[in-house]
Amino acid sequence: MVNLDPWCSMSAIPTPPVDATLPLDQAPLGTTFEVLAVGGSRSFRRRLMELGLLPGAKVERARGAPLGDPLELRVLGASLSVRRAEAHQIQVRPLGSR
Amino acid sequence: MSTKPLIALLGNPNTGKTSLFNLLTGQVGRVGNYPGVTVDRREAPLRGSPEGARLLDVPGAYSLAARSAEEMIAIEAILGLRGGSRPQLVVLVADATQPIRSLYLAVQVRELGIPCVIALNMADEAGASTPEPAWVAESLGVPAVAVSARTGQGIASLLSEIGRALRGSAPPPLDLPWPAGVERAVERVIPALPAEWTSRAPASALARWALLSLDEEDELEGVSGDLRAAVTAARGTLVGEGDLDELVVRARYEFLEPLQKRLLTPPPRTWTQRIDGVLLHPVLGILVFLLVMGGMFQALYSGADPLIGLLEDATGALGGVVASALPEGLVRDLLVEGVIGGVGNVIVFVPQIVLLFVFIGILEGSGYLARVALVMDRVMRWAGLGGKAFVPLLSGFACAVPAIMATRTMERKRDRLLTMLVVPLTTCSARLPVYTLIIGALFPPTEEAGWPVRATLTVGMYVFGVLSSLLAAVVLGRTVLKGPSVPFLLELPPYRMPQLRSVGRMVRMRVQTFLKDAGSVILAFSVLMWALLRFPTIEEPRGGLENAPPEVASAWQAEALEASAAGRLGKFIEPAIAPLGFDWRMGVGLIGAFAAREVFVSTMGLVYGIGEDVDEETPALRDRIRAERRADGSPVYTPLSGMSLLVFFALACQCMSTLAAVKRETGGWRWPLFLFGYMTTLAWLASFGVYQGGRLLGLG
Repeated sequence: MVNLDPWCSMSAIPTPPVDATLPLDQAPLGTTFEVLAVGGSRSFRRRLMELGLLPGAKVERARGAPLGDPLELRVLGASLSVRRAEAHQIQVRPLGSR
Repeated sequence: MSTKPLIALLGNPNTGKTSLFNLLTGQVGRVGNYPGVTVDRREAPLRGSPEGARLLDVPGAYSLAARSAEEMIAIEAILGLRGGSRPQLVVLVADATQPIRSLYLAVQVRELGIPCVIALNMADEAGASTPEPAWVAESLGVPAVAVSARTGQGIASLLSEIGRALRGSAPPPLDLPWPAGVERAVERVIPALPAEWTSRAPASALARWALLSLDEEDELEGVSGDLRAAVTAARGTLVGEGDLDELVVRARYEFLEPLQKRLLTPPPRTWTQRIDGVLLHPVLGILVFLLVMGGMFQALYSGADPLIGLLEDATGALGGVVASALPEGLVRDLLVEGVIGGVGNVIVFVPQIVLLFVFIGILEGSGYLARVALVMDRVMRWAGLGGKAFVPLLSGFACAVPAIMATRTMERKRDRLLTMLVVPLTTCSARLPVYTLIIGALFPPTEEAGWPVRATLTVGMYVFGVLSSLLAAVVLGRTVLKGPSVPFLLELPPYRMPQLRSVGRMVRMRVQTFLKDAGSVILAFSVLMWALLRFPTIEEPRGGLENAPPEVASAWQAEALEASAAGRLGKFIEPAIAPLGFDWRMGVGLIGAFAAREVFVSTMGLVYGIGEDVDEETPALRDRIRAERRADGSPVYTPLSGMSLLVFFALACQCMSTLAAVKRETGGWRWPLFLFGYMTTLAWLASFGVYQGGRLLGLG
């Protein structure tokens, strides 16, 4: 049973099938995902990880800009916005069924 | 001990750090610059400190790891590098509604072994979910206090903990269980660390900083080649063991995990989400955005006018008083026209600066400014500018001076500089009188032409301003200001009620720095312009200038202007501007316009002997311009030369106040000179193209 409380530990998440992986910019709104890999330029990914976007962490896509770019992400209780191109380099997978 | 202890206030952006600074010091603070960057350095005495401690407001940072000179300020400030005083204590401002993310920085500070007190700010917002200070203290090994800069809760407690920490001894640095790969890399780097650093903090913590910050793409200064080489070599040793950055960051978050488990979920941001549902909505959001931006623009463009008029009247009155008190002569004229006039030129900007920064303060404090940057990012991206460039560019349509100051909201120096260099191309309100005069004098009204020539031209000039600024941004961004593009990353804070007191303080600080830095330059230029237009003098008409009839006085003024240094300068540059379709009188107008673009009109009035009490609508001036003939009888001013003049004005840097503002914001004369140079060259070339091209096509 997966605990979706955003404050629970980042390391205790079960492993759904690999083919459920998708880039974050294609993830539907309002659902929580688990981060698998953070790609992109070195200092940018470092900053994203320092903001809590580590592999294993929970991320949710929120509304974002009116024109659809940049996107809005919820990580560790904060809202961050990144451009679609950068979000595309973050691989995530669903947290399992709700 | 003669030196007063320094306390650094460090924390993430949007944690209310500035409000806390204001509360703890009770003042705006002395503002300077951090060395080598154009970031405000604010310092002020801590309230009620028996040791006379001073508080230093370090710019908001998410981490000490840095990629640019500005990001490096945080670690330089808290270690006292680059000649700064070394703080004895760090007050880490955390956001009680986002504690774990905020405390990541605290872990880094503790690794460096610097004494620390944690202030869990915004405790009023977090309410019951405010982390228990005792737990935070237990986890990080330093005192923690729940505070609210808004309500004043916990401040007394914080001040007493600060006092205690200053008098006590530092706890040992935090040593996390680092993976073997990290330890190995650290060992490789330690020997290459400069002694100045290792004398202030544990070498391993500094090595981790270097490993995370340095790479081929960083824009850091003051880092030795040896250290870079050691870092590159060290990073190479981790083949197969995972990514160094991830290992380090993860270790810190894992350290915070036990604390995280104890904490309650903070209240959901339902209000923020609901408001964003509207403000980021494709239709409603854009509508609100247009309303807000339109309102701000309107206020800047015309709302400030009554106040500006008041200031101009006051300056005029003061001039009148001084004039009547002093005997006629050079001293009086210098004081009244040069100095008081110059002061008037400076303070006339204050209403717009106040208005713009009140707006920005409210936008920033409420959280909406981040949404503005978000909405505009996609559009501004094409020009190579970020979403945050929007507010400065928009306000440039009212006046470039406050707009240049507003670029402070942008973090990256390169982005700020690029925006500052293109803002003067937007059609500021001072250009309008010039456009009106030229269009009115040289182009027919709708009744004659059959179509609204004048209106079309005026609107066209505005569009031209927008296009040229965006084009300049693209070109400059790829040439002079070429830099690695940094991916867009912006935090959207929850919506909050802006604290008007904080806004007020910020506005006051901006006005003060403007008056002190830019103001002195503008005043100096004003006196210089006055001298150029005044000397050398010619003999006054018989009976004195005061007693001469108006026509004689005006004719004398025209002669005087011709004989003055400005007049001679106009004649001197005539060969250079003749290919643009201008003559020496226009040259004098251009020189006078440097003081302020509207001065072009009054200078033209003087030059043509109509007197300086003209404005762009005065029929006499228009007629005179139309009637002006060359030696061979052909008109001096034709629609083509009018177009050329319009284009020149649109692109030229005809404003000393703009240069003064850029000088203030960049801390030197290099960029203002570049700005003047590139804009004048651009104006000359475009004007040349229009005039000569038009002649070739037979339009002249």
